Amino acid sequence: MKRFINLAPSRGGRWLLGLLPFLLLAMLYMSLSNARLAENPNDRLLPTPSTMASSFYHLATAENVRTGQIVLWTDTFASLERIVIGVGISALIGLVVGILNGGIPLIRAKLSPLVTVASLIPPMAILPILFIAFGTGEAAKIALIVIGVTPFLIRDLQGHALRLPDEQLIKAQTLGASSWQVLLRVLLPQLTPRLLNATRLALGTAWLFLIAAEAIAAQEGLGYRIFLVRRYLSMDVILPYVAWITLLAFLLDQLLAWISRLAFPWYHSGEGDNS
Amino acid sequence: MSLLAAKRLEKHYGNHVVLENLNFSVEPGEFVTLVGASGCGKTTFLKMLLGTEATSRGSLTLDDKPIPNEPGPDRGVVFQKYSVFPHLTVLGNVIIADELHSSKLLGKSFGAAKRQAIEKALARIDEVGLSHALKKYPHELSGGMQQRLAIAQALMMRPRILLLDEPFGALDPGIRQDMHVLINRLWQEQQLTIFMITHDLKEAFELGTRLWVFDKTRHDPQAPEAYGATITYDLPISRDRPSNELKEALHQGGLQTHTQETLL
Repeated sequence: MKRFINLAPSRGGRWLLGLLPFLLLAMLYMSLSNARLAENPNDRLLPTPSTMASSFYHLATAENVRTGQIVLWTDTFASLERIVIGVGISALIGLVVGILNGGIPLIRAKLSPLVTVASLIPPMAILPILFIAFGTGEAAKIALIVIGVTPFLIRDLQGHALRLPDEQLIKAQTLGASSWQVLLRVLLPQLTPRLLNATRLALGTAWLFLIAAEAIAAQEGLGYRIFLVRRYLSMDVILPYVAWITLLAFLLDQLLAWISRLAFPWYHSGEGDNS
Repeated sequence: MSLLAAKRLEKHYGNHVVLENLNFSVEPGEFVTLVGASGCGKTTFLKMLLGTEATSRGSLTLDDKPIPNEPGPDRGVVFQKYSVFPHLTVLGNVIIADELHSSKLLGKSFGAAKRQAIEKALARIDEVGLSHALKKYPHELSGGMQQRLAIAQALMMRPRILLLDEPFGALDPGIRQDMHVLINRLWQEQQLTIFMITHDLKEAFELGTRLWVFDKTRHDPQAPEAYGATITYDLPISRDRPSNELKEALHQGGLQTHTQETLL
């Protein structure tokens, strides 16, 4: 008998084993839902899957009588736009400041303490300031994401830049590289895949800030919708929306992973089982 | 005029003396091998030649001028590890040297300049026998191939001095033999001046024209940091004489030092 740590499932078995917890959760939900609905057919807390499906279908296809827009898609595009712009700006700032901080000691000495302190400010605590400064429009929501995510990205990239072996920087200099060329040809290409990786990790936080900002002040958006229908206890809308947000988050995450593997094959060489 | 010269050169970190009283002059075309116990300052010495460590006292001159205090293209280097860029292919790793020279702003060439760089690089890559692996990334290469690549990269811009810090330390004996042939050939073809740190005394005798043994001449057991290492033996190695004879000559000379105990 092999040791437990040496037993690995086959490829097909891994799929089945991965599916198992989902099936168990679904069954648990179904039994609870059935029990509640048997007692009171009008119960709103644990709707049946068919109720959720029809509500979701309605939101995804029916035009709003007043505005002529379809609710789900308006919400989705509004939220995606905010998160993509917010995370995009964060990634750009993170990359530039991270490389400069990691590569140039004179800049690091000035900026590093500031970044460390800034990263400790709870972004939600300054949301009121953002609403006062930027109004309750798009700018405040994007600013919240940027403020929440950027310090993490900068610190991650700076740390990674500092961990690059000195040998590489010395080697580049013996090949005649200037400071600018070292940043451009040694640090930038090696930190870009790291940025994609860090951005994937930061996406969860970005969604958190997005939904929080939308919950407080918005006219449309996934987070806004959830908090709006909460007043009517519309679990048949909230649950599919949560699943939809999870799906979007998953797709964004996989998109970044796919880009990284495609563009930087050398970066992923050392990875083992990443299933 | 000698290429490289040192007079009463010293290196210390605070009270810790690493190297002291180094005096030498090296002519162009010499192949100096450096041996000595671990932690005796060989690598520190190499870093001073490289320009990443400052000298503490005395003079170290290159062409009679103080050695530059940062790395430059006249002194190529191959380390034991991390010598090549992991994000570039074999070809990319070699042409980058040319690209850094011809394109100051982007550090990347295009069109005719790129074709020219590639042509030059292909010759270098061919010299080290990596022509079949142009499109591969370093992680797909074996240790020996990575070191070959590092050598090709270091020689792309034709440095006058090549610094090798235990370049073959992590390689198998068979591959190491191939690398000796390679480095010997490149040294003769390109009239390089080479400084090589090694732990393998056989290698030091086989490759070098001059052997430096780094060791402490004074030792205070109460204060082991008070005295630094210096070049205790500066031996010319004749290529005609088999190294075994020389080793015997060393024994007969009664060189009973700490270094000899650890190395011979």
